[in-house]
Amino acid sequence: MTAYLLRRLLLLPLILWAVSFVVFVLMRSVPGDPADAILGEKAPRAEKERLRRERGFDRPVLVQYGIYLGKLVRGDLGESYKRANTRVADEIRSNLPPTIELTLAAMSIAIVLGLALGILSAVWKGGWVDYLSMAVALAGTSVPIFWLGFLLILAFGGFLPITGTHGPEHFLDPVTGFLLVDTLLRGNFAMFWDVVLHLLMPAAALSTIPLAMTARITRSSMLEVLGSDYVRTARAKGAPPWSVVMRHALRNALIPIVTIVGLEFGYLLGGAVLTETVFARQGMGTFILRSVRETEYDSIGGAVLVLAFTFVLVNLLVDLAYAFIDPRVRYGPKEA
Amino acid sequence: MAGLALLVLFALGAAAAGGSPYDPLRSSADEQLQPPSGRHPFGTDHQGRDVLTRLAYGARISLLIGTACVAFAAALGVPLGAAAGYFGGWVDLSVSRLVDVLLSFPSILLAIAIAAPMGASLETVIVSVGVVGVPQFARQARASVLALREQEFVTAARALGAGHGRILFRAILPNALGPLIVLATLGVGSSILMAAALSYLGLGVEVGTAEWGHMFREGFNDYKHSPWPAIFPGLAISLAVLGFNLFGDGLRDALDPRSRETR
Repeated sequence: MTAYLLRRLLLLPLILWAVSFVVFVLMRSVPGDPADAILGEKAPRAEKERLRRERGFDRPVLVQYGIYLGKLVRGDLGESYKRANTRVADEIRSNLPPTIELTLAAMSIAIVLGLALGILSAVWKGGWVDYLSMAVALAGTSVPIFWLGFLLILAFGGFLPITGTHGPEHFLDPVTGFLLVDTLLRGNFAMFWDVVLHLLMPAAALSTIPLAMTARITRSSMLEVLGSDYVRTARAKGAPPWSVVMRHALRNALIPIVTIVGLEFGYLLGGAVLTETVFARQGMGTFILRSVRETEYDSIGGAVLVLAFTFVLVNLLVDLAYAFIDPRVRYGPKEA
Repeated sequence: MAGLALLVLFALGAAAAGGSPYDPLRSSADEQLQPPSGRHPFGTDHQGRDVLTRLAYGARISLLIGTACVAFAAALGVPLGAAAGYFGGWVDLSVSRLVDVLLSFPSILLAIAIAAPMGASLETVIVSVGVVGVPQFARQARASVLALREQEFVTAARALGAGHGRILFRAILPNALGPLIVLATLGVGSSILMAAALSYLGLGVEVGTAEWGHMFREGFNDYKHSPWPAIFPGLAISLAVLGFNLFGDGLRDALDPRSRETR
């Protein structure tokens, strides 16, 4: 177990470095002169010269990369080109928590409902639950999220809030940045409820694809496990059917499910970007969009970098979870 | 699975692209934002253009985008993956690391990161969505090649003096095609989705193009006046992607005996 852990932990900085390298390459891949792209071609030459010197665009690429890496290690993600005294890292710090909140909310829905539907479908294979859930799952993976969010707005816009993370009448001094947590910490229950209401539709929309994926993989994994010898043994022993399903079958079926859940998180991070724009919520999505519109390449790069890092960390946790669930991973192929 | 149903849906998507509409593509009449009626079965958009017409053109564009993205991803991914699986060693190591790094990014974000510096255009969409799709093809190709490499017909070919290229192209790849075709089919669906997402964000096709994601974006801006211009493009996307997903799933079931047991 320790060897496995160590190996994964050692790989981590390498992957993070590689990700930062890709982001750097992408940010610098603007065709033509970066100053032109950022300030617009009609900007005065003095402005462009100043920008070039400030940002080091006139220095060799390797030097630029060195500067970038050096700043990165210190947590400096650069500064906005156009807004004075605005550091990208700060902007991300205020925009990241709402996105994470939305992602976690959607993930919870997806996992709970996905598992339930998948298990029920597997246990009652061929029944109406099965057909219905698989049909819904299939539809879920085909529907664009922004459209689904839009449909929800049309359907429920009458009685559920459709924009923003909370109503304008509420205000809060942030503690952690996570609205749900902060409102509770401050005892502002009215705002807490408001935040929850504002979360409902976006989270529901965002959760559809992971829900579909979870349900499908749970179903097929459970079906495989339910047909196996040890399950037959458990049944022959007279174990109550629910115990067979939950204790014996589910635990063994978990591995592919955990894999998918890890991957879903990546999808959720990206999907949150789309959902936030539909519901006009504050978060990384609207931040990225604004940065794209304003050609703030450092901001875009920083945002993508942070989100990718988060994804990598989550995948690491998933890998560690494997060691927890499956003893074979822990001890290696020779033992166990 | 529903073999017929999926083919029907797929054909629906394709037929719409084939059917050339009677109205010109970029007509800006002054009948803006009309709900569905006799003359305009799906209504008009904010510039007075017939939605149904634009949807049909959009089908063509989406099909084009979908296939182009998949072709791009496969053209890059399959050789990389096949080489990794066949030669092993440092080739495998470097390709696998590259794939891992690409997979560290949430897909849409990677697409955004590639598209942002490139600016909105058709080429941008194809390249960004294509690059996002490379890891999947590479992985599948690698897995297939690894599995097939030890087979007897490969050893036989080598004994007959065939060079690497010949072995790869004549012997291994034809047998590896199955899963790759499934991947390609499903890939068209997901490429259409992602391209639509990019257009929705303003990073995709150029403004004014009759692409479904872009049409949705325009419709969404005005949805309070009329929701229809936003409803139909999204529906079109869903149906088209559904068709490809069903088709791909059906293909996969047909090709892989193992997955049949769990059905």
